[in-house]
Amino acid sequence: MRPLSLAAPLALFLALAGCASKPVMQDGIQVNDPFEAQNRRVHVFNKAVDARVIGPVARLASGGDDAAGGPGAMDPVINAGANLSLPGKVANSLLQGRPEPAIKNFFRFAVNTTLGMGGLFDPAGRDFGLPEHDTDFGETLAVWGVPEGAYLELPVLGPSTQRDAAGKVVDLVIDPLYHVLNRDAAWAAFGLRAASKAGDRARFDDTVDSVLQDSADSYAQLRLIYLMHRRHELNEGGTEIDPYAEAAAGGAIDPYAE
Amino acid sequence: MPRLQQAVPSTLMPNDRRGFLTLLGAAALTLAPVRGWSLDAGQARALIDTALGEVYRVINSGQPPAQMYRDFESIFVRYADVDVIARSALGPAARQADPAALAGYTRAFQGYIGRKYGKRFREFVGSRIEVTGARPLKSFYAVTSVAYLNGRAPMEVEWHVSNKSGQDRFFNIIIEGVNMLASERAEISAMLTARRGDLAALTADLQAAG
Repeated sequence: MRPLSLAAPLALFLALAGCASKPVMQDGIQVNDPFEAQNRRVHVFNKAVDARVIGPVARLASGGDDAAGGPGAMDPVINAGANLSLPGKVANSLLQGRPEPAIKNFFRFAVNTTLGMGGLFDPAGRDFGLPEHDTDFGETLAVWGVPEGAYLELPVLGPSTQRDAAGKVVDLVIDPLYHVLNRDAAWAAFGLRAASKAGDRARFDDTVDSVLQDSADSYAQLRLIYLMHRRHELNEGGTEIDPYAEAAAGGAIDPYAE
Repeated sequence: MPRLQQAVPSTLMPNDRRGFLTLLGAAALTLAPVRGWSLDAGQARALIDTALGEVYRVINSGQPPAQMYRDFESIFVRYADVDVIARSALGPAARQADPAALAGYTRAFQGYIGRKYGKRFREFVGSRIEVTGARPLKSFYAVTSVAYLNGRAPMEVEWHVSNKSGQDRFFNIIIEGVNMLASERAEISAMLTARRGDLAALTADLQAAG
């Protein structure tokens, strides 16, 4: 079985699941979370997985180096996994009608795969001024005008939306890498990319811990951070809070301003 | 200053020094809002430049963490509009709170911010932040900057600056779209709910949090 054989039915389910529900204003942003009860159960599960498996493994793999910003032992793994994600990003940029990032990521892939020893190192970013341009099929759907849909917390994968979850599935299907590799190589590449994600988790260990372990309501905090960051990435409008306007309205309570 | 002294009638000086100082004080008070109104992109940008300079001095000082967090708190108090941030984070509950309780909460809040964000700043050792521009936004200014951290893609950091408190102060930081005010609103409201709306209990919790 290839990683993508489950993909099509899952994508269909997610697309159909995206039905009408009213977003509400919460903490200054629009939140559309009709599956909150289910999402919160997944969140409890994810927190346990993170505390008992992903966090410790990631820390172990990175050699427990907490010298902030120092090159970690996981860096080659993170680099190699990220390098394998580039063909898919090139495809997505093209689907979005954005040739420039597609060309840059194409050359980044070419340089790092050859001079960077199969992506273990990053000469493209270091010496050629070709940093990774991050994108995915979730963004492609956004460019095509598909609405964000409801907020979802996915098992293990974490915060998402219906649009982004459908995008993840499609990314597996359309990734050029999986079409040129045989079954074993495709699974190896998939594993390397998963390890790369775990490496990223270790790199941001303190920050992830502070959100997951120190927040009064880590589910709501994670949802807020994910939605604000994702909308910023996709240029779907920032959050501009004017606390002075609220304070001025404070004498006479204005429910419409909330 | 010397020019101003010459302009003051000599009868005021030096035998009525106190009157003169009062006059200066009054002049400063009337000038403050005038200067305040004229907040422009350059001033907003200068505020953030200065605040960042102080933050980096602390980050690179190599002090023990507890001392660093106290220093970050004092920088926050000097450059941020702590009252309005604390009030906004508390949300509607701030309207019903009595002034003494609100003041106590605000003090606890600024210590909490110093510790919480101070811990994150430790990741900024060896990094730099470049202020890249300032533009008017709604009734305030947005100062844009880019943070260059080791081994990571550059991060966009935006600062919202206002003079509505009477002085130029920042009241929000947005890191790659993640808005500090929104995030603290969610956090403080969750903490308040956990205490069933008891502001004194929330204040006590905040003194230990961050």
